[in-house]
Amino acid sequence: MFTRHIILAALLGVSAGTTQAEVVSPSAVVVNEYGEIVQSLTGIAGDPARGQEVMTTRGLGNCIACHEVTALQDYPFHGEVGPSLDGVGARWDEAGLRGIIANAKAMFPGSIMPSFYKVDGYTRPGDAYTGKAAEGALEPLLAAQDIEDVVAYLLTLTEY
Amino acid sequence: MNTKSKIATIAVALGMAASSSISHADEDADLVVNGEIEMVVRTAAPAHLEGAVSTIYSGWVFRSDETQAMQADDFDNPGMLFVEKGEQLFNTAMGADGQSCASCHQSSDLTNVRATYPQWDAEHSEVQTVEMQVRECQTEQMGMEEPWGINSGDMLDITAFIASIGRGQIVDVAIDGPAHETWELGREIYYTRFGQLELSCANCHEENYGNRIRADHLSQGQINGFPTYRLKNARLNGVQNRFRGCVRDTRAETYGIGSDEFVALELYVASRGNGLTVEGPSVRN
Ligand code: HEC
Ligand code: HEC
Ligand code: HEC
Repeated sequence: MFTRHIILAALLGVSAGTTQAEVVSPSAVVVNEYGEIVQSLTGIAGDPARGQEVMTTRGLGNCIACHEVTALQDYPFHGEVGPSLDGVGARWDEAGLRGIIANAKAMFPGSIMPSFYKVDGYTRPGDAYTGKAAEGALEPLLAAQDIEDVVAYLLTLTEY
Repeated sequence: MNTKSKIATIAVALGMAASSSISHADEDADLVVNGEIEMVVRTAAPAHLEGAVSTIYSGWVFRSDETQAMQADDFDNPGMLFVEKGEQLFNTAMGADGQSCASCHQSSDLTNVRATYPQWDAEHSEVQTVEMQVRECQTEQMGMEEPWGINSGDMLDITAFIASIGRGQIVDVAIDGPAHETWELGREIYYTRFGQLELSCANCHEENYGNRIRADHLSQGQINGFPTYRLKNARLNGVQNRFRGCVRDTRAETYGIGSDEFVALELYVASRGNGLTVEGPSVRN
């Protein structure tokens, strides 16, 4: 009886512990020498449909502001600041895409592309788009699961 | 995929984006206003931009055919209604002494103002914008206790009038001498990557002019067309208000209109247009 109890507690402890540890905070992200992030930021498989929403929504990724994506033609106004993302799922693997989205500057030094999973090192960060100073700690531009969802969507873009 | 082939793919992809970049605008169109004022909408960049850009372009070049056409004829340019209001204000008595601007100035004496401001003011030991100079006249010459706000409707109207009488003049702001320190501050701000999006003026207006960012066709962010009449809000828009909007859009805390930083930035950005012609009030979307 007594032993079972301990085992149960240990099991619960472990599982509670891992759920906690599964969301990797921006400061704890491990980026390798190629700018890739091998480990999932949440441990939960990305949802490509939600990833598409993040990419096309102004207040979220707004990726099409800078990138053309043929598969997203139904959404108006694609930008030309970055390269077309057609075929990007064939050019890059999951770790590379996660690295680019979290912090493109680690992959492409000096890149214009915003770093979506970063919370410090900014000059005059604002309170979203109000023009006023940010108050308190900053949130990353995208949540960890948003990034996993976008990676999952990009991996579907295998055609040029 | 190995790193080398990754880089090659990116280069190809970027190359394609760059070559298709200018195709959206009628890049080769010329602007002659009312069939008589010949504008310089593209010309060799001033020497201080060496290594950055070789040709400077008026924002007019990047606008749609329809918007371009509106600026070519004063009857089609909605900004000219505000110029008329500005001209009336110029002749209206205001302030304690019952004087108007016209009591001291003939408008024909102010034709090179827009092309040469911001400018060093020795008496006050500072770089002044046109708006600051007008406020100085109001407080120091006209005894007005409350000069117009820099971004007020009256100020926009009178600066539109001052710009309009200078149309066609070649922009030539001085960046050496006592103004140089302010100019350098402006340059530093221009290249600073602000806000949570970490974007500088240069990222958009120097490295990406001609490209689309979402629905917008990026220009070089020149200010020779200010104040601008924007179809979006159907009124005149001042230079520093535009700066404020661009900084805000990088998710940054902006500087205030009239702040030392924005005055410095206005001088610097004006100097990037040395060689273009004064077009205000221009028409923009
Ligand atoms: C402000 C413009 C901008 C925004 C917004 C932006 N990017 Fe980028 N992106 C770029 C640029 C520029 C590059 C080219 C790399 C460089 O900077 O050298 C790039 C590169 C990439 C690449 C590598 C492309 C390739 O073909 O190898 C991917 C993938 C990518 N971006 C995905 C995204 C996603 C996903 C988002 C939204 C979450 C996004 N980008 C938002 C500008 C942007
Ligand atoms: C009592 C006379 C007086 C009145 C009234 C007056 N000003 Fe002035 N203004 C001056 C003097 C003197 C200067 C030059 C010295 C200086 O910089 O202040 C000047 C300079 C200027 C300049 C700069 C000219 C240049 O070539 O650099 C502008 C622009 C100007 N005034 C606009 C206005 C406007 C607009 C009004 C009406 C709101 C106005 N002024 C009213 C006396 C006046
Ligand atoms: C994210 C990209 C971006 C950044 C960063 C940016 N701007 Fe802009 N800016 C725009 C867009 C888009 C427009 C509207 C289209 C155009 O004229 O380029 C614009 C317009 C302008 C205009 C109006 C030009 C005209 O002819 O009407 C000026 C001036 C300007 N910007 C200055 C600046 C300055 C100064 C900075 C830096 C503080 C800056 N911008 C930063 C995107 C940007």
